[in-house]
Amino acid sequence: MKEYKKKLYTLLVYSENVAGILNQVTAVFTRRQVNIESLNVSASSIPGVHKYTITAWSDEDQIIKIVRQIEKKIDVVKANYFTDDQLFIRESGLYKLSTDMVMGNPEISRTIRRFDAHMIEVNPTYVIVMKHGITEDIISLYRALDAFGCVLQYTRSGRIAVTRGMVEQVSEFLEQRENDGV
Amino acid sequence: MLKDRITGSKALMRALQAEGVKTIFGYPGGSIMPVYDALYDYTRGEKKCFDHILVRHEQGATHAAEGYARVSGKVGVALVTSGPGVTNTLTGIADAMLDSTPIVVIAGQVPISALGTDAFQEVDLVGVSQPISKWSYQIRSAEDVAWAVSRAFYIARTGRPGPVVLDFAKNAQVEEIDYNPQKVNFIRSYVPYPKLEKEAVLQAAELINNAKKPLALVGQGVELGNAQGELKAFLEKADIPAGRTMLGLSALPSNHPLNVGMLGMHGNYAVNLKEQECDVLIAIGMRFSDRVTGNLNTYAKQAKIIHLDIDRSEIDKNVKTDVAVVADCKESLPAITALLNKNDHQAWRDSFKPLDEQERVKVIEPAIHPKEGPLLMGEVVNAVAEQAPDDAVLVTDVGQNQLFATRYFKYHHKRSICTSGGLGTMGYGMPAAIGATFAAPERCVCCFMGDGGFQMCIEELGTIMEQKAPVKMIVMNNHYLGNVRQWQDMFWLRRKSFTKMMNPDYSHIAQGYGIPYQAVTDRKDLAGAIRKMLTTDGPFILECAILEEDNVLPMTPPGMDIDKMLLEI
Repeated sequence: MKEYKKKLYTLLVYSENVAGILNQVTAVFTRRQVNIESLNVSASSIPGVHKYTITAWSDEDQIIKIVRQIEKKIDVVKANYFTDDQLFIRESGLYKLSTDMVMGNPEISRTIRRFDAHMIEVNPTYVIVMKHGITEDIISLYRALDAFGCVLQYTRSGRIAVTRGMVEQVSEFLEQRENDGV
Repeated sequence: MLKDRITGSKALMRALQAEGVKTIFGYPGGSIMPVYDALYDYTRGEKKCFDHILVRHEQGATHAAEGYARVSGKVGVALVTSGPGVTNTLTGIADAMLDSTPIVVIAGQVPISALGTDAFQEVDLVGVSQPISKWSYQIRSAEDVAWAVSRAFYIARTGRPGPVVLDFAKNAQVEEIDYNPQKVNFIRSYVPYPKLEKEAVLQAAELINNAKKPLALVGQGVELGNAQGELKAFLEKADIPAGRTMLGLSALPSNHPLNVGMLGMHGNYAVNLKEQECDVLIAIGMRFSDRVTGNLNTYAKQAKIIHLDIDRSEIDKNVKTDVAVVADCKESLPAITALLNKNDHQAWRDSFKPLDEQERVKVIEPAIHPKEGPLLMGEVVNAVAEQAPDDAVLVTDVGQNQLFATRYFKYHHKRSICTSGGLGTMGYGMPAAIGATFAAPERCVCCFMGDGGFQMCIEELGTIMEQKAPVKMIVMNNHYLGNVRQWQDMFWLRRKSFTKMMNPDYSHIAQGYGIPYQAVTDRKDLAGAIRKMLTTDGPFILECAILEEDNVLPMTPPGMDIDKMLLEI
């Protein structure tokens, strides 16, 4: 696949809360040699239904095939793909910095404030900084801090996202299915 | 009220009974012993409700279940032990997945207290079977049995059918519970029969009504949907010629005037070329396998594509569709037919004939009526087809035997073919044929095999012997793994790397199993030997000495444009 055709897609997958679904979902990516960029699993607002938020670089043809293969799994309720403009997106970054370095260079604190990040722990050895936002901002802060040479550890969470649409597709689908069932 | 307390194993018996199971193909072992103990009572005496067929290898159990399912339309059942017992079934499970065959494989598992301890004969069955099955589930407590079995059968047989695996932990087999029957016929996350969209039906009908050169591609979906009659009505109303995939061969009788042959790499010449000329291509319950399409970049680019399938994930998977009709074809075909104009495409249909004639002269006649030299596979198949009863079931192994058999056999009845299409599983033939005889004891089951595939599940001769299963085995022996040999000759500079094969004396093998046997080396003896095979009660092995380097033609070399199909090499 040509790199220039690739885009970052976010998949929202809803499944029954049964063991082994994650394996089945990731296997669909592995089989096609598509890397998962980030993955977050949580309960959803629907009782008994889990929500998977997955990001991957791909082209639309392939992402449609992946979504359909995932949705085909018996215990998967619904799978859809989105581009960033269709979603509210948040990620979190955690940065562990050397206290000595932070104290020694006021630019570091200014940078943290400029990025709207917060210090959530300060002790004589290290400072923990947290930032919520979109991918680029979290990475930018990392790059800025790293330039000072003060970063001991850095990690970024999986993406979480909710749709911008006015229709709750999954709830409507389940309602429809319950009507079909009776 | 008296409680009905029974073990999980007995619960399994009750649940299988409730699903209407009659035949179980299986092999006992340590982790499934409680189930086999329960089965003892259910296979004899007053309580008898199952026939258990003891196979000789678990792979055979799955293929037999597949053959049973393919011919009967019911769910085939295989029962095996944990560990090696169930890893031996994986080939059959993968085969059933690719060919949409409904089977349920029930395997023993170590007790849950031992899971993850590398206990004796412990294998992570759900882990290894998930990617190759429609559903895979571990029964961890006896309470689960009734629900899991009913759900398994529901999933296996509905929508696009497929294999389901039940991993039955030993503790759950022996625990006692109050048995409550369950009937699963709804799963909220699983939509087996998508709702037919009216708009798609309208668009499909309009395209077909305006077509000058329509061509239908008929797949196994028509058989799985039991829509053979609906297909005929559809084709006949609009006068549409139809090619069939290998798995869809008996969805439309061979002698139907609109049948234009088999699709694919070794299918018929005219239909392959006409896929590149038609203006509307209507794919019905088929999945555009690479063996059908050849080079996708040049495949049917001139045509509008209509794709009828029950499985949405097949739409646009290989071939971009103009109109997708996602539904059971039992429902979608009549809905479209109702909107079709009666039509006549005589000139278009006649345009197939000169190409058919070329194939007949260059390929078919030399293959089925050779004048001299050793026997050919095509002639053997043709000779069997000439004598076999109309309702005969064709079972094939994989390789040249399969390609010749599917090309030259005749199909008069629905559900008349068992062959391993997607996975191409050598060794499939003999056990699948055993399954077919149990699905339809009244039908003649003809199983064509090469010497390679015959030896791959040859142990199932023991099952045939014990069950007196009336499988008519035609072994076409050319001392080669013929299909690979053909490819080596065509594409690998004739370097025959490990395709020549030494064979045992099959007359002794047959004698050892007490199965009637005849060898044919001379053309003049062929018809008589076939007559003897078909009139002998029970199983029969007919070994034919075949030209060593017989080639299957026509052929579209892999990845080539299908209109570059070769009539000779």
